[in-house]
Amino acid sequence: MISEEQIPVLIIVVPLLGALLVNLAGLLTGRAGISLILTVAVLSLALAASVQTLLLVMEKGAISYRLGGWPPPFGIEYVIDHLNSLVLVVVNAVSLIAVVFSGRSVKAEIPSHKISLFYCILILLITGLSGMTITGDAFNLYVLLEISALTGYALIAVGEDRALMASFNYLILGTIGASLYLLGTGHLYIMTGSLNMGDLSSLLPSLYGSGAILTSFILITVGILIKMAFFPLHTWLPNSYSYAPTATSCIAAPLVTKVSVYVMLRSMFTIFTPAYVYSYLNISSLIVWLAVIAIVGGSLLALAQRDLKRMLTYLIVAEVGYMVGGAWLANRLGLTGTILHIVNDALMTLCLFMAAGTIAYRTGNLSLIASRDRHGSWDKSSGSGLAGLFKIMPFTMAAFTIAALSMIGVPPTAGFFSKWYLVLGAIEAEQWGYMAALIFSSLVNAVLFFRIFEIAYFEKSSGDMGIKRGESLEAPLSMLAPLGIVAVSLIILGIYSGDIVTHIIQFAVPLS
Amino acid sequence: MELLISSYNYWIYIILMMIGLYAMLAKNNLIKKIIGMSIFQTAIIVFYVSISAKKDATIPIIEHGKGHGHSAVISAMDYANPLPHVLMLTAIVVSVGTLGVALALAQKIYDRYKTLEEDEILEQLQEQAVSDSVMTSSGCDNDK
Repeated sequence: MISEEQIPVLIIVVPLLGALLVNLAGLLTGRAGISLILTVAVLSLALAASVQTLLLVMEKGAISYRLGGWPPPFGIEYVIDHLNSLVLVVVNAVSLIAVVFSGRSVKAEIPSHKISLFYCILILLITGLSGMTITGDAFNLYVLLEISALTGYALIAVGEDRALMASFNYLILGTIGASLYLLGTGHLYIMTGSLNMGDLSSLLPSLYGSGAILTSFILITVGILIKMAFFPLHTWLPNSYSYAPTATSCIAAPLVTKVSVYVMLRSMFTIFTPAYVYSYLNISSLIVWLAVIAIVGGSLLALAQRDLKRMLTYLIVAEVGYMVGGAWLANRLGLTGTILHIVNDALMTLCLFMAAGTIAYRTGNLSLIASRDRHGSWDKSSGSGLAGLFKIMPFTMAAFTIAALSMIGVPPTAGFFSKWYLVLGAIEAEQWGYMAALIFSSLVNAVLFFRIFEIAYFEKSSGDMGIKRGESLEAPLSMLAPLGIVAVSLIILGIYSGDIVTHIIQFAVPLS
Repeated sequence: MELLISSYNYWIYIILMMIGLYAMLAKNNLIKKIIGMSIFQTAIIVFYVSISAKKDATIPIIEHGKGHGHSAVISAMDYANPLPHVLMLTAIVVSVGTLGVALALAQKIYDRYKTLEEDEILEQLQEQAVSDSVMTSSGCDNDK
């Protein structure tokens, strides 16, 4: 049996070796089916390890794991506290569900000889994301950031042909972001001679006045903001996630931005302390206003989209604004809301992308409105790809509705509670602009999703799908079951969000 | 002027970085963008390696220090700092990986669009978008 102290490292080691195993098994047997089974097994183990770690942290407090037994600050240290153990469970749970869900769409979208390679890279992406979350070393974080980014570029480029340019642009911007982070880390190293996050935070207070520390803070923050697609720097995200294969967008869209938000929180709390970030720099309200612009900008751009998946990608941009703003409100409520929103938004986004993937799998048409004819005028007769879907795919649309209501922030669903904490935080910090932006974005979400409900409920489906009206063309069970689980979990998370806050998140917030 | 000379390594890395950044963002040719990316990443490697240098220091192997032998006192000032070099070995691996992915993407893009100029690719993408929407609507016309 593996002893208790070794469990945290399994979260990284199991998928890292599992990725090689999946590739090897695919090469040796030449059968694609085995890759999916192995991937699910590997991710289940990683999920079990992360749940176990969360329970350990809840019982005993933060865990420090020394890789190779080297004591920090010389060796690389994994530090798992309430914040990242929660994020780790989310990362592993979301990726497991998404992989189970997308088994069929991978078969349909990826050439069969590439499937085992695809799963291998997919597991490496998840390893990178878990690694970014678990590590307590600033340079190690850079390496894992690049592992998740490089695999992400490859996974996006597997998609249809437009995905190639999207992936290339993502690569250019992503490299700039990661390089800025590396440069910032270099400045920290010059000033302190250390790369261990805990060590850095104890060395930094005497250097707060230094320009180099300020430079490094700016470089690291801007680098991470590029990675999380914060509004003016978001340009890589919409194309990448809308042209990527369903499996990629189901995993990358909920997780990559959320893990980047976590990295921002980690750099604010652990590398630079809250005292420096909030009190010394005094830039909180500037960044909250940038977040306001991000929320409004993301929401308005979402309104302008004509394709469901593209619309969802702009909603991610708006949601990133929520979390950045909440983190910079500089009070307990705002931070609680941000951390809760990382969990909730990961699941909401997963649910929406899974529903979109299911619809695309069945109908292949995600356009929200009629397409143009050859004269450029609207062709009303062709209709939306979503028309009449409530009759055709009732269960998929039910799950979509729950996620949409959660995105709008309707009470029993999870999205309401994190938004509630964010609004309370905004009131306490007297950031009325941010509060107005949250309400504006909720209204825009309501408009967006009710427009879709209207199309899907009232409009008659056009004949071009070869479907008789009223005939059920519900998705296969292997797609519906994970979708249903996520949709139900959105409601369960909403009901138990108070427990999550009192048992986990309140210990993760560093402010008193 | 003294600031310029005393910290010339920083100026070199900043200039290199700006050249790289310019190429990444402003060049039209994808390969030039990739070259810019490489310069950008190399600038950061130069930065890291240059901070580990010290006056009159040697490579960080004990025998190479002054008064070598086990009896001599080992003074850290006699050796260059090895840690940035070690970090940069990893960063070089990362940048080679990025370069590989970028070149593979460029190759795929060339296969698909028969060009590596970004404006020509965007033109083709727009034409494709227009013809796609014409195709779907004319497909509907035929159904009726």
